[in-house]
Amino acid sequence: MVEAFYTWLIQTFELDPTAFLYFVSIVAMILVVTLPLLIAVAFIVYFDRKIWAAVQMRRGPNVVGPFGLLQSFADGMKLFLKETIIPAGANKVIFLLAPMITFTLALIAWAVIPFGEGMAIANLNVGILYVLAISSLGVYGIIMSGWASNSRYAFLGSLRSAAQMVSYEVSIGFVLVCVLMAVGSLNLSDVVLAQEGGVLNWYIWPFLPIYVIFFVSALAETNRPPFDLPEAEAELVAGYQVEYSSMAFALFFLGEYANILLMSAMMAILFFGGWYAPIEALDFIPGWIWLLIKTVFGFWMISMVKAFVPRYRYDQLMRLGWKVFLPISLFLVVFYAGVMLYAGWLPK
Amino acid sequence: MTSLLRSAKSLLLLEFLSAFWLSIKYMVAPKVTINYPFEKGPLSPRFRGEHALRRYANGEERCIACKLCEAICPAQAITIEAEPREDGSRRTTRYDIDMTKCIYCGFCQEACPVDAIVEGPNFEFATETRAELMYDKDKLLANGERWEREIAMNIAADAPYR
Repeated sequence: MVEAFYTWLIQTFELDPTAFLYFVSIVAMILVVTLPLLIAVAFIVYFDRKIWAAVQMRRGPNVVGPFGLLQSFADGMKLFLKETIIPAGANKVIFLLAPMITFTLALIAWAVIPFGEGMAIANLNVGILYVLAISSLGVYGIIMSGWASNSRYAFLGSLRSAAQMVSYEVSIGFVLVCVLMAVGSLNLSDVVLAQEGGVLNWYIWPFLPIYVIFFVSALAETNRPPFDLPEAEAELVAGYQVEYSSMAFALFFLGEYANILLMSAMMAILFFGGWYAPIEALDFIPGWIWLLIKTVFGFWMISMVKAFVPRYRYDQLMRLGWKVFLPISLFLVVFYAGVMLYAGWLPK
Repeated sequence: MTSLLRSAKSLLLLEFLSAFWLSIKYMVAPKVTINYPFEKGPLSPRFRGEHALRRYANGEERCIACKLCEAICPAQAITIEAEPREDGSRRTTRYDIDMTKCIYCGFCQEACPVDAIVEGPNFEFATETRAELMYDKDKLLANGERWEREIAMNIAADAPYR
């Protein structure tokens, strides 16, 4: 994507190829991905609230703008105009650094997401490892915020969150191993390319149990209900976010939803054929629209879960992660590896 | 056998799937909430909302300063001062209701022998300051003028049951 833009710049405006021009094209591509992403996050928050309301037979936000579409922007504006309160006992530097880290990490993971054939900012050959690494780093933002707030609730929330994210990353790792065995590459574009040729070639069919584990682990990884123990409004008020206000809170919030969106996009890429149309007759619709549709579908499922599943108790959460998902995913790795080896389906 | 069935059930996420299906059904079901500020629910004629002091058709105040409402008010929200007017009739010089104290029990309108103090159908009188909720006689009479049509209709509708 960057190279394509770079060569386009040189050819159209007849410029000399310089390192600066390459830097400019990198920044331009980052903006091309990040700005729509942030707007998408604003709408996805609205979408989330609307779904939640619809399941409870309420109307949801419907006053600001047509159908309430601008509600998130109004909320963002409100947060922007508020004061950032820093508690007296807080470690100021870390306190303000933590939301920035969360937000930045949520955004930079999008660098490797392919929006179409050759449409990724960085077409890394270790794309999946990169996403895993970035989402593991996300723990830092949370634990730093909990520590720096110098508050019991925030600290408990961040501890829970850290333990939870680490536990479920293990099973996400094994889930990814299964997909990787079928693809034979860690490059996310290759994962999508391996699913070419309509809905029947998508990995959701052979890897359905894997998908279920990935879905539930993604819920835990992004601190979504029923695994939103770090927030746990009833006991921990809002967990690690309790001392945050104004833009610091907004950054946490945006980062959280950007992460959820990232997980939905990963679901679309790993299991729903990424940018490919479900039937070849629909290929005229650009790939990024298909990816968007699939991501929104994934988000819809994540959002629905919030509407009907009660919150897990903390020990149940840990039991599910270590005693259920870990053995099952380990077994599935062995099972899929055995089947593929026996049937000779392993990629060359 | 039972435990086998149960673990099969939980492994296949059957309850999860049925809950998912149920919530999809509810998602497309018609909304039960009304679109509040633009659309309001029906109110009973006996609804006890914001207070108002009424006048007779000829413009004379109904209130005769008998102070029954002040006496019966359980929250002691009503303060009345009265003296004879120039024409000798007894009228209030001060009729204050502290709306922050009022519990909207409706005893004042029950006690009133001349239907002067009533609780109207208005429930949207939130204010930005506390001082604005200390209603005086002018405010109450203004309420009476503003809501007279609805109040008269409500009294007429409720009259057969009294």
